[in-house]
Amino acid sequence: MLAFLIRRMGQAVLVILAVGLLSFLMFRFVGDPVMTMSREDATVAEREALRDALGLNDPVPLQFVAFAGRALSGDFGISYRNQRPVADLIAERLPATLELVFAATVLALAIGIPLGVVTALRPRGALSNLVQGVSLVGVSTPTFVTGILLILLFAVTLRWLPSFGRGDTVQLGWWSTGFLTASGWRAIALPSLTLALFQMTLIMRLVRAEMIEILHSDYIRFARARGLPDRDIHYRLALKNALMPVLTITGMQIGGLIAFAIVTESVFQWPGMGLLFIQAVQFVDVPVMAAYLMFVGLVFVALNTLVDITYALVDPRLRVRG
Amino acid sequence: MSAAAPEAPVGIGAQFVASPRAMISAAVALLLILSAAAAPMIAPHDPFALGTFNLMDSELPPVWAAGGDPRFLLGTDTQGRDVLSAILYGMRVSLIVGFAAVALSAGVGTLLGLVAGYRGGWLDGVLMRIADVILSFPTILIALLVSGIARGVLPGARQGDFAIYVLILAIAINEWTQYARTVRGQTMVEISLDYVRAARISGLTDARILRRHILPNILSPVIVIATINLGLAVLAEATLSFLGVGMPVTQPSLGTLIRIGNENLFSGVWWVVVFPAVTLVMLVLSVNLFGDWLRDALNPRLG
Repeated sequence: MLAFLIRRMGQAVLVILAVGLLSFLMFRFVGDPVMTMSREDATVAEREALRDALGLNDPVPLQFVAFAGRALSGDFGISYRNQRPVADLIAERLPATLELVFAATVLALAIGIPLGVVTALRPRGALSNLVQGVSLVGVSTPTFVTGILLILLFAVTLRWLPSFGRGDTVQLGWWSTGFLTASGWRAIALPSLTLALFQMTLIMRLVRAEMIEILHSDYIRFARARGLPDRDIHYRLALKNALMPVLTITGMQIGGLIAFAIVTESVFQWPGMGLLFIQAVQFVDVPVMAAYLMFVGLVFVALNTLVDITYALVDPRLRVRG
Repeated sequence: MSAAAPEAPVGIGAQFVASPRAMISAAVALLLILSAAAAPMIAPHDPFALGTFNLMDSELPPVWAAGGDPRFLLGTDTQGRDVLSAILYGMRVSLIVGFAAVALSAGVGTLLGLVAGYRGGWLDGVLMRIADVILSFPTILIALLVSGIARGVLPGARQGDFAIYVLILAIAINEWTQYARTVRGQTMVEISLDYVRAARISGLTDARILRRHILPNILSPVIVIATINLGLAVLAEATLSFLGVGMPVTQPSLGTLIRIGNENLFSGVWWVVVFPAVTLVMLVLSVNLFGDWLRDALNPRLG
């Protein structure tokens, strides 16, 4: 087990280093930081002095070490576009994205699990066919189209819900939350639904597959033979066991949701990290791009490693492979 | 699937004719692809001839709605551009990017998969680790990064001209990994078979064995992945263009059209955004359904 842990951690560190190297290469070679940071009328000597001060004349490997050291202490430099520390920008946008992802996950579970159960219990029913048909179209519909259609229906035509922004937020220390105001709840409705649809299909299919498998297992047959009521068999015995893998996979998907939120945040002008990143890409704001990449890379690697280690704890066979 | 009944294997053509879903999806996909290809001939107006636009014609609804004009079947946008013509040309751009990205990723991925599976060793290890890292990140993130880097490296004035190549590259960088993994696995199976040993003993070069003997035997998963990836590539292109880092407004794809329409959503001109969106979904849905059918019909071992 220890050998597995060390190997898995080693892999995680390697991936982080690779992502860090990519961030660094972008930072160093995409555009010229000196030209971006100095005044337009700066002399060649002044530019050379800045180049020296930034350490850009040092050997490149040395620069990477310095970059990694700064990144470890949370210093990602100054945004070219906003002229503010990147770490501050990310910290400011983080709550909006995490609240959106949280709301979307809760919504996806709350709708996906019941649909999965229903389609598993009555696989030939009218509702099952409807769900199958809708999810088929859903998979082929890009997130931004879903978002636009929701805006068209609920914001433009019915005027029930706002189409952009977070509404009023309340500051709790450095964390700004939209969950404490009515307008915050109204504002998160459409974006969280849009983001949730991406996961809902997956959760539904997973619950369905797990339930169907479990309903054919011996202990369920035994429970039926004992004459337990259907309700107890379906929800107490079968669903409980079907939910384990669903929760793991949902947890693993959170990293994907954070990245996927880029599109949703863009449609709804949701002031999160995704919107920050897309604006950075449009304006070639390299420090922000590099920092976002590092952040998402870290979240992905941490989640993947955590899941692998959990699996290995539960299932010893996995420790041998790597 | 079925208990090995001693029947003659059913040909792919017979399976196709027996499946209404396959025929309908193929027909819709083919119709859309052909009308995109023939856009310059069948489009009622030229959406790029700015001089022919008349502001008097702007924001006309579709013909069947009140105030519709029979000259503009699906209405016009805020500049007086015919929406139907813009969709036909836009679909053309979307499909060019989609097909080019699939061709590039299938070519590179198959080649790398063949070499990795045939040679093994450190090259195989390095390629597969790179594929692992790419696969563990969402397509959209990697594509946005490629686009951002390209913006920083390319001269600003000519970015519009390069946009299409950047998009193709951004999508292909994500998608080669699937071909490479599957082809590698298949190649490793094939090289242990007698016909490859025989070819080796008879002194054929490695390149010839790979191209003439192994490649034809591993093509069916490549075709399946390519079909499914065409839908994914069109979706990815649309998403990037919608986000404003894809095709410029001077050369709009379906995603760019939806982006333009979205900006005018609140003035009530729904047709400018809804029709390109419906076209996009129809295109992707028909290609996906056909791809699903093809996967079940060819039933390859996908890695």
